[in-house]
Amino acid sequence: MQRNISIQHPNRSFLETTRIDNWWVGPLLTSIGLLAFIFYSTWAAFQNEHYQWGPYLSPFYAPLLEFEWWPLSPAFLILWAPAGFRFTCYYYRKAYYRSFFLTPSACAVGARPQKYRGERFLLVFQNLHRYFLYIALIFCVILSYDAIVSFSFENGLGVGVGSIIMTLNAVFLTAFTLGCNSLRHLVGGNVDCYSCASFGHQRYQAWKFVSLFNVHHNFWAWISLFWVGFTDLYIRLVSMNIITDYRIL
Amino acid sequence: MESYEVKEHDVLVIGAGGAGLRAAIEASAQGVSVGLVCKSLLGKAHTVMAEGGMAASLSNADPRDNWEVHFRDTIRGGKHINNWQMVEIFCQEAADRVSELEEWGALFDRTKEGLIAQRNFGGHRYPRLAHVGDRTGLELIRTLQNYGIHQGFEVYMECCVVELIKEKDQVCGAFGFWRESGQFIVFKAKSVVLATGGLGKVYRVTSNSWEGTGDGHALAYRAGAELVDMEFVQFHPTGMVWPPSVQGILVTEGVRGEGGILKNSDGKRFMFEYIPDAFAAETSDSEEEASRWLKGDPEARRPPELLTRDVVAKAIRSERIAGRGSPHGGAFLDIASQRDAEYIKKKLPSMYHQFMKLGNLDITSTPMEVGPTCHYVMGGVRVEPETAMTTVKGLFAAGEVAGGLHGANRLGGNSLTDLLVFGARAGFHSAKYSKEIAEALNPSEDLLKKMERFSLEPFDPERTENPYSVMADLQETMEINAGIVRTKDEMEKGLELLQDLKNRGEKVRVEGNRQYNPAWHYALDLKNLLCVAEAITLAALNREESRGGHTREDFPESSEYFQNVNSFISDKEGSMFIENREREPMPEHLEKLL
Amino acid sequence: MAEAQFKVFRGEGAKGELFEFPVEVTEGMVVLDAVQQIQSRHANDLAVRWNCRAGKCGSCSAEVNGKPRLMCMTRMDELSLDVPVLIEPMRGFPHMKDLVTDVSRNYEINKKIRPLTPKPRETDGTYRMQQEDIERIQEFHKCIECFLCQNVCHVIRDHSVKEFAGPRFLIRIASLAMHPLDTLNRLKELKDVFGLGYCNITKCCTEVCPENIKITDNGIIPLKERVAGAFYDPLAWLWKNLTSNSKKIPEKNK
Repeated sequence: MQRNISIQHPNRSFLETTRIDNWWVGPLLTSIGLLAFIFYSTWAAFQNEHYQWGPYLSPFYAPLLEFEWWPLSPAFLILWAPAGFRFTCYYYRKAYYRSFFLTPSACAVGARPQKYRGERFLLVFQNLHRYFLYIALIFCVILSYDAIVSFSFENGLGVGVGSIIMTLNAVFLTAFTLGCNSLRHLVGGNVDCYSCASFGHQRYQAWKFVSLFNVHHNFWAWISLFWVGFTDLYIRLVSMNIITDYRIL
Repeated sequence: MESYEVKEHDVLVIGAGGAGLRAAIEASAQGVSVGLVCKSLLGKAHTVMAEGGMAASLSNADPRDNWEVHFRDTIRGGKHINNWQMVEIFCQEAADRVSELEEWGALFDRTKEGLIAQRNFGGHRYPRLAHVGDRTGLELIRTLQNYGIHQGFEVYMECCVVELIKEKDQVCGAFGFWRESGQFIVFKAKSVVLATGGLGKVYRVTSNSWEGTGDGHALAYRAGAELVDMEFVQFHPTGMVWPPSVQGILVTEGVRGEGGILKNSDGKRFMFEYIPDAFAAETSDSEEEASRWLKGDPEARRPPELLTRDVVAKAIRSERIAGRGSPHGGAFLDIASQRDAEYIKKKLPSMYHQFMKLGNLDITSTPMEVGPTCHYVMGGVRVEPETAMTTVKGLFAAGEVAGGLHGANRLGGNSLTDLLVFGARAGFHSAKYSKEIAEALNPSEDLLKKMERFSLEPFDPERTENPYSVMADLQETMEINAGIVRTKDEMEKGLELLQDLKNRGEKVRVEGNRQYNPAWHYALDLKNLLCVAEAITLAALNREESRGGHTREDFPESSEYFQNVNSFISDKEGSMFIENREREPMPEHLEKLL
Repeated sequence: MAEAQFKVFRGEGAKGELFEFPVEVTEGMVVLDAVQQIQSRHANDLAVRWNCRAGKCGSCSAEVNGKPRLMCMTRMDELSLDVPVLIEPMRGFPHMKDLVTDVSRNYEINKKIRPLTPKPRETDGTYRMQQEDIERIQEFHKCIECFLCQNVCHVIRDHSVKEFAGPRFLIRIASLAMHPLDTLNRLKELKDVFGLGYCNITKCCTEVCPENIKITDNGIIPLKERVAGAFYDPLAWLWKNLTSNSKKIPEKNK
């Protein structure tokens, strides 16, 4: 009945676990997804061409800031903002702390041994997330404007597949931004007593509203990430004449 | 003899559920040194299992409510044999005890006016139970715990008391051991408060945890205190009956309070058939009226599912015996047809969770199967109503371990409030008592030696019995011979079997060492369980009538003689002695409330 | 009747062995039933904590097949019984015996948290709070103190950071900080005493919580935002310095 296996408690070495499920699948998929996006978006930003076609403008280049003094692709003038928003986003932080930093890679799996300082010292800038939020809110407006413009073709109003893709892009990004934890704090999360604070009830409603998106923040994070890349790719391929934009109306 | 760790306090509180914590808080507030001993970790006591709420006539939900109506309900629910002095104190102080919890951080559900919301419960005339969803007990214990840790009393976690120490007719401490190390510890104290909770573990089907082994009842009995009303054990009508491994786990009465109905296998709402005459005037007699009540019609009378627990438990049992039980021998409790899914999840979240997880059943769409489970003991250590002192000097008792308040049947929601009201009183008066004593008496060496010897006996390799088997047999014996319905023959047989079990109990053998050895703990608990099992059976045999939680098949009616008496059990030269004594008549100002 | 194999860690003070036991499986059984069966049939002195059997007291925390869980809420039919079921004590705490660990540090941390300091009652002797005021903190009050979150949190488990309170106590502080009646400002101690900054929101606490409390999203992140507002937001800092002439951090103004 007995089998003598000595095990040492409590410390476990790096990646050691007694979990028998495929705990590594999650962090692996996350790394693949994030790396794929980083590579593609960096490549696309360097291209400095094929980001426009008809009424369509790639979100990597929106708003289009072309200056003579800027030698590189205009994408770099704006990409830092959404990149910063996502990098400091509470959801993405979880994602890359798990899949890249390996602190820890999964629950009850040995974390990477290191002098652990959490989000203090070097990572204290994560607290500036709210400033990226302010910018991201502006981007939501800009991308929505671009989405509206995408229905205005040279020969008048119309609907192309690209218009729909760009509209969805604006929707997904807005849904992602509306679920932001900093926004949730700002609109009402910082109130302790809604029934005593001024505009308390309204702030409670706003907090509730943001919470609706916040619950699925990771879902919106991924769908908007994928879609923004896909939107760029679509416009790029159309502009390169590899595919043709289909006019629905 | 080993050297013992010795701790000295003015007041020693045994048990850290609601009553123990409240007592420790109150005693500390009187400026004395307090020690609080608990068998488990702090905050794990059985109080966390209380679901429905705590009764207090705050009259937030219905302005017609006041302490007098609460008094009436409690006495009627207790079938008129309650200690009316206790009930009076209880109903008058309930509201203050509940509302002070808010100051300490408790968050009750609210009314639209921002006050504490109150819900309906069996036997309560008006919505009276302050609640937090269906986890009120957790809120109560956490509030007391988090407030208590700053009041300066010492907490001894995972520490078991084996025996009280008594010198010169006065309790002066306790002898126990640390579960972790198995080392003995001696508490010297000027007074001791018992707050050990119940004894559900004498039955097989019970909502109680392993801790409910009647320790306080047995400690007090052995210290010479009197036990009162021990025949009255409450079988909660709605425990889970399936799956087998969770049999007995409680389904809160809140389900019925929120509109749940009981049906038999024919789909019939059977409670209409079981309305006792005494409650006919205030109970709906048709489904139509009951459904108007649910919609909030103040003219409609309460549905019969909200009759007192004894009535409902017996009704479910009768349906089962008549062959109309559910597949696993219970009845169907249906809230899905009465309330929408969102409401159920909001008001009964942990029930939803419990059934989803343990029973694989969605209560928002499917009826639950429920049946009676041993839940609470109304009887207990006899105490002075004002001071909560027992018949032994320096020994106090509060909460479930104390008897008298609930009479023959406890109303749901009265228990949590009981913990607060009498916990506070026991804490106050034990502190007062301790202040009047110069120094705690020293326990004699001989006594400690005896206790040590007794505690270590189970390690004797000559012994043969498995503590788990003896405990299981004891529970089965009580289930059959002194269960929800009782007869003389069965109980006499039960007393004989208990003698056998006692003999076996003395041969219990424990393997391993003293460190965190549950078998040893069970072996020591066994002595207490056997003691309370005998007390219950003896008292049940003595009461030749049916009343509240005590049902005799051979005496199905209530008798006038027994209405006026309570039974008292005490130790007379080593054996259990029972006598009936008449209750002091109720004064006129209370009598007229009924 | 079906039979399963269990491998249970037994030992004292961090050293021990895995013992294999047969378990008779019945319908609806949970892991705690199995462990108790082992206890009554094969290993009477197997040390294990349990109380309520219904997921309400949070005593029977352990690691089942490597995952931190309540044994009473882990049904046997959700485990694969083809391989032995592995039962170990929580690894995040000092080991005592068999499945029992020393969780006393949790009680010490709790004691460091300043108790609720309520504002005065209304003139009618009541406290007025609306359901919407307390909804958020009622979620935190669901905590049953099983300490699974403390156990799984890598800051405690792998890095043994002493000055980190851990998820259970961060949500307890959150329940006080967001309490409509509380008058204390708890942000500085959150940052300096309770080590909020150590949390890197990897959400294992939320993953293991048997009460499904969204510890990170609803408790810790909102606290981080409050601390960010009080200490790391340059504009807020500027505003505070321009508008207030005293350097004291004002207590929460109700």
